[in-house]
Amino acid sequence: MSELNKLSIAAARKGLLDKQFSATELTSSYLDAIGAANPSLNAYVAVTGDQALEMAKASDAKLAAGAAGPLEGIPLGVKDLFATKGVHTQAASHILDGFTPEYESSVTANLWRDGALMLGKLNMDEFAMGSSNETSYYGPVVSPFRAEGSNANLVPGGSSGGSAAAVSAWLCAGATATDTGGSIRQPAAFTGTVGMKPTYGRCSRWGTVAFASSLDQAGPIARSVEDAALMMMSMSGFDPKDSTSVDIAVPDFAAAVERGVKGLTIGVPREYRMDGMPDEIETLWQQGIEWLKAEGATFKDISLPHTKYALPAYYIVAPAEASSNLARYDGVKYGLRVSGKDITDMYELTRAAGFGREVKRRIMIGTYVLSAGYYDAYYLQAQKVRTLIKRDFEEAFNAGVDTILTPATPSAAFGIGDEAMAADPVKMYLNDVFTVTVNMAGLPGIAVPAGKDGKGLPLGLQLIGKPFDEETLFAAGRVIERSAAMDFSPKAWW
Amino acid sequence: MSVDAATVKRIGSLARIRIEDSEVSTYQDELNTILGFVEQLSEVDVSGVEPMTSVMPMALRRRDDVVSDGGYPEKIVANAPLSEDNFFMVPKVVE
Repeated sequence: MSELNKLSIAAARKGLLDKQFSATELTSSYLDAIGAANPSLNAYVAVTGDQALEMAKASDAKLAAGAAGPLEGIPLGVKDLFATKGVHTQAASHILDGFTPEYESSVTANLWRDGALMLGKLNMDEFAMGSSNETSYYGPVVSPFRAEGSNANLVPGGSSGGSAAAVSAWLCAGATATDTGGSIRQPAAFTGTVGMKPTYGRCSRWGTVAFASSLDQAGPIARSVEDAALMMMSMSGFDPKDSTSVDIAVPDFAAAVERGVKGLTIGVPREYRMDGMPDEIETLWQQGIEWLKAEGATFKDISLPHTKYALPAYYIVAPAEASSNLARYDGVKYGLRVSGKDITDMYELTRAAGFGREVKRRIMIGTYVLSAGYYDAYYLQAQKVRTLIKRDFEEAFNAGVDTILTPATPSAAFGIGDEAMAADPVKMYLNDVFTVTVNMAGLPGIAVPAGKDGKGLPLGLQLIGKPFDEETLFAAGRVIERSAAMDFSPKAWW
Repeated sequence: MSVDAATVKRIGSLARIRIEDSEVSTYQDELNTILGFVEQLSEVDVSGVEPMTSVMPMALRRRDDVVSDGGYPEKIVANAPLSEDNFFMVPKVVE
């Protein structure tokens, strides 16, 4: 059977249960696709073919015995940020050279418990710091999408660029990803895939390499809203090993997907209408409003007055937390060591050689804003602004808004090696202008493909939800997906 | 507020990242660009606003004060660049 790798998770699951094909056949089809595409796309940094086929064999036995888990035999890709026992886990950084954990992250353990299997580890921006997947030690991921009539390589977005590219190019059925400022939703928007960042505390952070602990949250990237919901059901859940994991039941997300939006009130924040925003983004946003209205939702203009401060506050809070979290990489416990004349020399040389430029820049900023005399002016001020950003959302929800509709990104994907972004780090940071508010407030957000720009590149819309109300996002996201009714698959050139 | 070359060196040493002389001016420009960008936060009136300390309102869970993990030093040092007898090895720190 050909092209099994193009099936959705839902369809693959049905095919496996109906014995139309085996998990081994499904897995082989993905491994073949990876073998053919990865030299061009660079989405995987490690392919675990033998392990995948072993897991597939175990799944086939379970399927035959009628003991299949909810994701039995579904081949997934795993962002290199998740600890996977005995397998390459380096956060796409040189400083974690050769690191193979002795333990498994809670999120991936949950997926394997439910029968999913791992195809390999996915490329990403180093330590999840980036919006283009160009900061990886393993080189940039190339987007499976190209502008019409062009051969130029585009970025898949970041930091979960490998996850987004692999899902879009059928190199896995779905992928784990993480989102600290937009790292699931922005790459999903750039690659015509669905990306869900759940409420902070919904997925355990245990065993996920930490970037900014009060913002980091794991979630899925998938080819449909339904597939994202199916993955979320396995990835979520209370974990006593993460002190910020929230002890509430995991809803039946898949059951919410076809619930519709009848009777929902959807907010449109005026502050998200940015100066210089391309017309096609504005048109897309209006189109989304029309689709949801046609299905029975009511719209309301809302104000989130502190929106413009979210990104600057993020660039204090995230680097501050990163400078603390990344202090552990010192050449002693794991990874790279560069010898020096004494221990301080060793630390400094190891960290200078092991971290890339963007990571060093952020550690430096974080160290500066936390240093003596500056703490109140920067970090404390940013944490107070964060309270105000969260309050803006609370006021909107208290006034009867069920979910908020915004663009996912201010533009479509840009080229690899974009000079304007390389010259000014703030330009790159502006990619996350619509997504970062959600992390600052700890809310759930989903990016759903909704249209294409003039060059045929995917564009996404974002829905923001109340805490722990991912179900409404899946329901409204599905309405956008169904209304758009567009083919968001790339034209294979690789 | 803007950083000068000496401050770049000092932050590098606090962060335990060697900054070569040839790198100082680039870092200085980049840090000042970012600090210039975040400067707008100072215009926000935060009087009477508490800093956000937890994303979701919840009491910190506690567990029983018992040993619940451990006893496998060989796993702890398994990824160390240099170890001996289940100890991490580092350059001499005490003369």
